[in-house]
Amino acid sequence: MLAFFVRRVIYAIIAMWAVSVISFVIINLPAGDFVTTYIATQLATGNLILEDEAESLREFYGLNDPVYVQYAKWMTRILQGQLGFSFEFEAPVRTVLGMNLLNTVLLGAGAVLFIWTVAIPIGIYSAVKQYSPGDYIATFFGFLGLGIPDFLIALVMAWVIFDTTGFLATDLYSAGYRTAPWSLAKIWDLAKHLVLPVVILGTAGTATLVRITRANLLDELKKPYVTTARAKGLTEWQIIMKYPVRYALNPVISLTAYILPFIISGSVVLSYVLDLPTIGRDFLRALTAQDIYLSGAVILFSGWLTIIGTFGSDLLLAWVDPRIRLEED
Amino acid sequence: MVAGSQTGPQADTPGALVEDIEAEGEIEVMSQRQLIWRRFRRHRLAMAATVVVALFYLIVIFSDFLATNDPEDIEAARQYTPPQWLRLFDGWKPDLHVCKLVGKRDEFLRKVYEADCDQKVDVQIFAKGYEYSLFGLKLDRHLFGVNDPEVTAEDAIFILGTDVQGRDLYSRLMRGTRLSLLIGLTGIFISLVVGTSLGAVSGFYGGFVDNLIQRSIEIIRSIPTVPLYLGLAAAFPADWSVERRFFAITIVVSLFAWTELARVVRGRYLAMRQEDFVTAAITAGASQRRIIFRHMLPSFYSHIIAASTLNLAFMVISETTLSFLGLGLLPPAISYGTLLFTAQNIQTVALAPWLLIPGIFVVVLVLSLNFMGDGIRDAADPYGS
Repeated sequence: MLAFFVRRVIYAIIAMWAVSVISFVIINLPAGDFVTTYIATQLATGNLILEDEAESLREFYGLNDPVYVQYAKWMTRILQGQLGFSFEFEAPVRTVLGMNLLNTVLLGAGAVLFIWTVAIPIGIYSAVKQYSPGDYIATFFGFLGLGIPDFLIALVMAWVIFDTTGFLATDLYSAGYRTAPWSLAKIWDLAKHLVLPVVILGTAGTATLVRITRANLLDELKKPYVTTARAKGLTEWQIIMKYPVRYALNPVISLTAYILPFIISGSVVLSYVLDLPTIGRDFLRALTAQDIYLSGAVILFSGWLTIIGTFGSDLLLAWVDPRIRLEED
Repeated sequence: MVAGSQTGPQADTPGALVEDIEAEGEIEVMSQRQLIWRRFRRHRLAMAATVVVALFYLIVIFSDFLATNDPEDIEAARQYTPPQWLRLFDGWKPDLHVCKLVGKRDEFLRKVYEADCDQKVDVQIFAKGYEYSLFGLKLDRHLFGVNDPEVTAEDAIFILGTDVQGRDLYSRLMRGTRLSLLIGLTGIFISLVVGTSLGAVSGFYGGFVDNLIQRSIEIIRSIPTVPLYLGLAAAFPADWSVERRFFAITIVVSLFAWTELARVVRGRYLAMRQEDFVTAAITAGASQRRIIFRHMLPSFYSHIIAASTLNLAFMVISETTLSFLGLGLLPPAISYGTLLFTAQNIQTVALAPWLLIPGIFVVVLVLSLNFMGDGIRDAADPYGS
């Protein structure tokens, strides 16, 4: 187990380093350094920036250094918690990210919860009642969920809801509650607004998870130990719940880590269409404005989060299923 | 027919069984390709999906022939006209026509169009329209349309309606299909080259190289796609030409696709190294190259095709999403994504729901590719149960 743990830690660190390099490259891809862009935008709005002020900015961000030194400086600052300044929002990146962190986490956690509570029972049902009408319906919707791009589901569902009930499912708060202090009424308002985004965000993940739960359980149900359990006179419910389901759910643990990138990706697109105040929306705004420190930070942290998530689920899986950690040793 | 002649003496067996055995005999002499085709054909949904995908490719080739109006034609006066569905019959008499659109002003003085079915616009087959080139030929005939090219808004046909600039959605959709699928195909080509070669190298050499490639794949797959795609796409200067942007976006969408392919190729390669026929080939003194290309590769062609089909679906979705967010292809390029870009918010969709029709095309295409890929994957191993 220790060898397994050490190896996984090393992989995770290498992966995090790779992601940081990729983020750094993306930050530096646009032509010209961002100080030039910044000066241009400031000039356009009538603010004059003196040449030595620009030079001090360049000095501060180390833009005159060789690339690897720039990378090292950037990385050091990130690890110290200095994420840079967002020119688009005119605030430190940390503040900008902090503003909508809660909404983003709520949306993501809601989606994961939705995926679990919906996908696992449906997956079990589909496998146990294979080729029943219910199974076909689940498979059909599963394929539909996989085939439709997130933004299209969002647009169509929001439009249908708007068309039939007149409820405009955009934003996460009604106008009156946005800046109001927290109260029960505000939480209720938020919950109402969260339902649609959570369902949309969860749909694609649900489809994947149903398919995998179903396939795994079908494999397990064919195994001799199920026949043995049946021969011993266990009820059908006991047979299914006691062994095959437990085993079939193992991949669900590892899949949750893979769902994380989907949720991050999905929330970006969804926030744009439904105008949700999340980090995803700020990210897109930063991208179109070439606000590189903000967009770089989002790319970096979403990558790191996924790697940490994968690492955690790998450990969990190895803990739950001894075969995995023994196989790797 | 070796097996067939063996059934001869057992003349008393029921006819159905004899047929079964004869079929078995045929299987024994079938080539790998025939076996796969036989198995694939049984998969009805996959067959239907293949037909749909083929139709999409016909649109790619004949998009201008199928279009009725010039996709670039802007006409402010016919902004947001609703679809005029093609009608095949007038009462019981076959007569291809559409209902005439009559423009009115509503209470806000906006121009709104309504179909008036008492007046019809005749639609001709092989009508004369805008000029285009197909296989190097200059043509001006279209599958159907209105003969007079200088038609007014009232006489023109827009079978799927128009967008905010009064451009014909149907014709733009035909053109957009071409670009979206071309991006997919180019991307498949890139991922095929990178994926199969890295996969083969990984499986062939094993050890350190294998480890390096496999770990890199794991890292790449652990990065959330959309933020990375968006970051890269946003880094391309907005003043790049349409072609340059096209290739840049193609490379971006292939960044992830090759990893799946490399894994499939490596997995198959490792599994096959142990097979009897490979050992037989080695014993018979076949060269390394002959074993790989002549004996091993043909048996995982179908796996590669299956993975590529599924990749194509993924690429179409990626391009559509990027362009929808305004970071992929940019107008004037016409693709599914840039078409949906015009339907970005609920207000527009509520005003002109037909702008979502390109979305239906995306869904049908992606689902068909998924079903087709699943079918090929199931058929890829014809010796399984």
